[in-house]
Amino acid sequence: MTGNALETRSKVYIGMGTCGLATGAGAVKTAVEKWATAHSVKIDITPTGCIGYCKAEPIMDVVTESGHRVSYSNVTPDVAGFILDEVLVRKNYKLDGMLGQFKNGKAPLPGIPMIDEHPYFRKQVKYVLRNCGVIDPESIADYRAHGGFKGLDRALTMTREQVVAEMLKSGLRGRGGAGFPAGKKWQFALASKSDKKYVICNADEGDPGAFMDRSILEGDTYSVLEGMMIAGYAIGADEGIVYCRAEYPLAIERIKKAIVVMKGEGLLDKPIGSSGFQFTLRIKMGAGAFVCGEETALMASIEGRRGMPRPRPPFPAVSGVFEKPTIINNVETMANAAHIMADGADAFASVGTANSKGTKVFALTGKVVNAGLVEVPMGITLREIVFDIGGGIPGGKAFKAVQIGGPSGGCIPAEHLDIQIDYESLKTVGAIMGSGGLVVMDEDTCMVDMARFFLSFITSESCGKCIPCREGTQRLYEILDSIVSPYAKMADEEANLLRFNRVLNMESLAQVIKDTSLCGLGQTAPNPVLSTLRFFRKEYEAHIYDRKCPAHQCKGLLTYTIDTNACTGCTLCAKKCPTSAIVGEKKKAHYIVDEKCIRCGTCRDVCRFSAVSVS
Amino acid sequence: MINLTVNNRKVQAEPGTSILDALQAAGEKVPTLCYIKELFPSGACRMCVVEVKGKPALIPSCAFPVEEGMEVQTRSPRVINARRTIIELLLASHPFDCLTCPKNGYCELQSLASEYGIDRVPLKGKTRHHYTDFSSPSIIREPDKCILCGRCVRICEEIQGVAAIDFTRRGFDTMVLPPFETDLSETTCVNCGQCTLACPTGALHEVRVVEKVMQTLQEGKKYLVAQAAPAIRVSLGDFFGMEPGANVTGKVAAALRRIGFRQVFDTDFAADLTIMEEGTELVNRIKAKEKLPLFTSCCPAWIKYAEIYYPKLLSNISTCKSPQEMMGATIKSYLAQKQNIDPKDIFVVSVMPCTAKKFEAARPELSSETGVADVDAVLTTRQLNRLMQIYGIDFASLPEEEFDRPFGAPTGSGDIFAASGGVMESALRSAYYLLTAKDLTNVEFNDVRGMAGVKEASVKVGDLTIRVAVANRLSNARQIADRVMQGDSPWDFIEIMACPGGCAGGGGQLFGYDPDRVTQRIKAIYALEKSRTIRLSYKNPAVQAIYKDYFGEPGSHKAHELLHTDYAPRVAHR
Repeated sequence: MTGNALETRSKVYIGMGTCGLATGAGAVKTAVEKWATAHSVKIDITPTGCIGYCKAEPIMDVVTESGHRVSYSNVTPDVAGFILDEVLVRKNYKLDGMLGQFKNGKAPLPGIPMIDEHPYFRKQVKYVLRNCGVIDPESIADYRAHGGFKGLDRALTMTREQVVAEMLKSGLRGRGGAGFPAGKKWQFALASKSDKKYVICNADEGDPGAFMDRSILEGDTYSVLEGMMIAGYAIGADEGIVYCRAEYPLAIERIKKAIVVMKGEGLLDKPIGSSGFQFTLRIKMGAGAFVCGEETALMASIEGRRGMPRPRPPFPAVSGVFEKPTIINNVETMANAAHIMADGADAFASVGTANSKGTKVFALTGKVVNAGLVEVPMGITLREIVFDIGGGIPGGKAFKAVQIGGPSGGCIPAEHLDIQIDYESLKTVGAIMGSGGLVVMDEDTCMVDMARFFLSFITSESCGKCIPCREGTQRLYEILDSIVSPYAKMADEEANLLRFNRVLNMESLAQVIKDTSLCGLGQTAPNPVLSTLRFFRKEYEAHIYDRKCPAHQCKGLLTYTIDTNACTGCTLCAKKCPTSAIVGEKKKAHYIVDEKCIRCGTCRDVCRFSAVSVS
Repeated sequence: MINLTVNNRKVQAEPGTSILDALQAAGEKVPTLCYIKELFPSGACRMCVVEVKGKPALIPSCAFPVEEGMEVQTRSPRVINARRTIIELLLASHPFDCLTCPKNGYCELQSLASEYGIDRVPLKGKTRHHYTDFSSPSIIREPDKCILCGRCVRICEEIQGVAAIDFTRRGFDTMVLPPFETDLSETTCVNCGQCTLACPTGALHEVRVVEKVMQTLQEGKKYLVAQAAPAIRVSLGDFFGMEPGANVTGKVAAALRRIGFRQVFDTDFAADLTIMEEGTELVNRIKAKEKLPLFTSCCPAWIKYAEIYYPKLLSNISTCKSPQEMMGATIKSYLAQKQNIDPKDIFVVSVMPCTAKKFEAARPELSSETGVADVDAVLTTRQLNRLMQIYGIDFASLPEEEFDRPFGAPTGSGDIFAASGGVMESALRSAYYLLTAKDLTNVEFNDVRGMAGVKEASVKVGDLTIRVAVANRLSNARQIADRVMQGDSPWDFIEIMACPGGCAGGGGQLFGYDPDRVTQRIKAIYALEKSRTIRLSYKNPAVQAIYKDYFGEPGSHKAHELLHTDYAPRVAHR
């Protein structure tokens, strides 16, 4: 190492969101500290939030001698030392796993691609996620250095009405799912006369596989709180409550710290400058009920009652938490609001489609090469998200559908891959924007089984208040369950008759649940069923009439057989079978006893002669 | 006025009324299960859904206000299919033991299934199960029969301020249970039984006692005596299709006699005794200026409520036993002595509009020193009806008979114990006499009458002004008691009844939470009281006689021994 000049001071960024930590970012940080000690170098380690490229975690950025920030993926403690050796000592930046360099206003490093030209990021537009993975979320100075609190400053120079007008002009629609114009909500709340008003940030993100809000809360904490303050000023509220699920401990810790810092800086609990605007913030932790993401249930929970929705009207903007006018916006909406106020409504509205402005963050998961958090402009096609950003389906399998909008959403099949992502277009195919869950499914996914999975989630997460949701979703689940159950399990004719009855009632029951449920959870609960029925009816029919699962996923409908010609009688399958369902003499063809077979597939996996087939 | 069309018919409604109210006013029947008129709509049952033009989903009519030009359909195929599906869904997880259910014939789910012609339940599957809770001396809970409409929960919390039961668990497994899934006897339940009125199914009903009464009657070893509470006479008719509030006093006496009770007494008499004792207590406390305000003690649900929530106010509560207990104690002492019967051989059955009276009768302190309980069995109004049915008593053809002497000639003051404010009014009449030795010229205190939750009045008695408050529904009692606790009480005398409207709306009356019906009963009771020749308790000759012969004077040592009791703080949730 001698001969190479080593800077005495360096800077490293490590993605330390929950996702980064889960993949070992903590150990990477320790490794960097050790390396620094060993090399007598002072390294400033900045823990950042998540940049969204889950597959590449842990991600470490190193600032070069020239002041360029270069990002590296899949960093282990060993790799971290190697990267530091190369970048800081040997000045060699072009390494395996390099994602690219950040823009920094200087001429880019030659030979190193820009990170936003990386295929995963190229089609993304980082508006609300602009700071995630870039800044130290715990540093208010870093937030300020990246434009933080400019939105609030600007709002405070305007009248309340002007702020609301700016929000209306931006066209921002609620990112929690329903897509109600945020400015309209604020307008109603501003118009409500009351001695007390509240701003609530809904951070009870609960859709399976969704983590948009967590990333923003962890990666750009202040932007959410700033958005809440702007909302508070706009409607005349003096108290904000972040309703955050308790399963997000890191987010909660960061919000708590941020509130303390903001108090210290005079942003909270006392009038700000000459504006006279005073705001207080607190956290209410959710206890893990999915339904508490529904706004009236959420308010009940804040009030200390069981989280059960109530009918609207009155809407929260008129009578919300503690019967006071309240606006409830989700995390992404609040963060957007902060940026809109800073950059102006026009900048925001320049992205997107006529009725859906700005960007949307999606949690891209499932059978896709690049799983992660993506922020895309409204109007992008589904194909671009799945194939260009997501990198397509792994293992050369065929794309089958995406489930968009979580358990309340719908599925979009291959024939609609070119659909634009915006609120209205998604409705035309029976899906919804939802809060941003995007699960990709390939040919191996059984759509009936998928619908059944989401129904099982709903049956245990329904609050139990209204009859169609509590009782209806259970019956709907049972209908799907009997569709995927084997004939052998039908003990008698009565059981078969029940299955028949159930199938006959499936669509009508789903429709009644949708038509009569009290809150959004129940009204959308049958969507996975209705939507798969719409696009994959044949798959249902195969299950119902032929008792076959075309995707070979529904174990109850599978039959494992051994090809007697191919079987050599090696006895391996018989030895491995957990239920001793395979019989046969050595060196003679083996057979599977169907009644004993539990469809685990072990025999097929272990057979060296491809003699086991499944149908 | 708002103009709307209902099933293509033009209808008008006041602005701000719900679609449901507008529909009902327009003569459309709309089924409901979770709806409670005086409370914020819950929106849980979805039975009242209607189709409104322009709305994507069906609308719960209870929770939506009428709008100008609204077009409402109440019998479109979509609406009917939704309602039938909801009934089928409820039946799919409901035990099919209707024929042996205590609610058979009074079950709203049963009626709906019948009205909507449900002839099969296509989607049977998983059910919920929780053991039947027999722990309470008053109320039996059968969670398996619960349809989770939430009416009991809301009545208990919002009307009574008790919240002994609530929703627990999640999703399909949701149930209404006491806190921590304990038993009702371990909760703050005050046994008022309003939940049994509210419950549309057989999930909540009172503890059985009809069999025990029948057995005692048939064995013939005991001397059976019955007493009937003031409220029974204006509510028993409900079971026979009579108009609400029909006065059936004479038939009650006749029915009890036919059932086989040796003597049938009117609890009105004990109400007069209560007035003598409590009026004296009030006057003494006012004169001594101590332990004021004085709270009434007739309502056993209020007593338990105070023991749990207001232990510091227990010394402010009148030491008088309730009329039921005074009657029992008097029967087993004075009457036993007079008619030469061993008190141990007497079996007193009360007919009460109340489930808490069962709990009260079982309180150990309400027995004589030899362990003889003042009251041996308490039948609710509903259970008297059941006993009459089993015994084949044709109520309609019963003659009007009198209650037996000496405890059978009531005064108007006794009658109005059935209504919230009645005890107060009667006590004031007597207190006036006790303080001034004069009779009131106008005995009616209209300020303390009616269904309002809190009523206040001040009464000039000589140069003294007595300020009074009357509360019914325990949530209102809480407001009053809190003010007393804060030392912010302007009152000298406070009457509290747990049930809406007082005993007329008691938890042992005909099933169904129905304040309108209670109002009719109260109207009837005041009409009855007005018709009485004697309206003042102290003028009741039988009362005068018993003090002369037996007790001496109100508040005497003997009276204290038999007619008074004491209270102790109580801890719920062991």
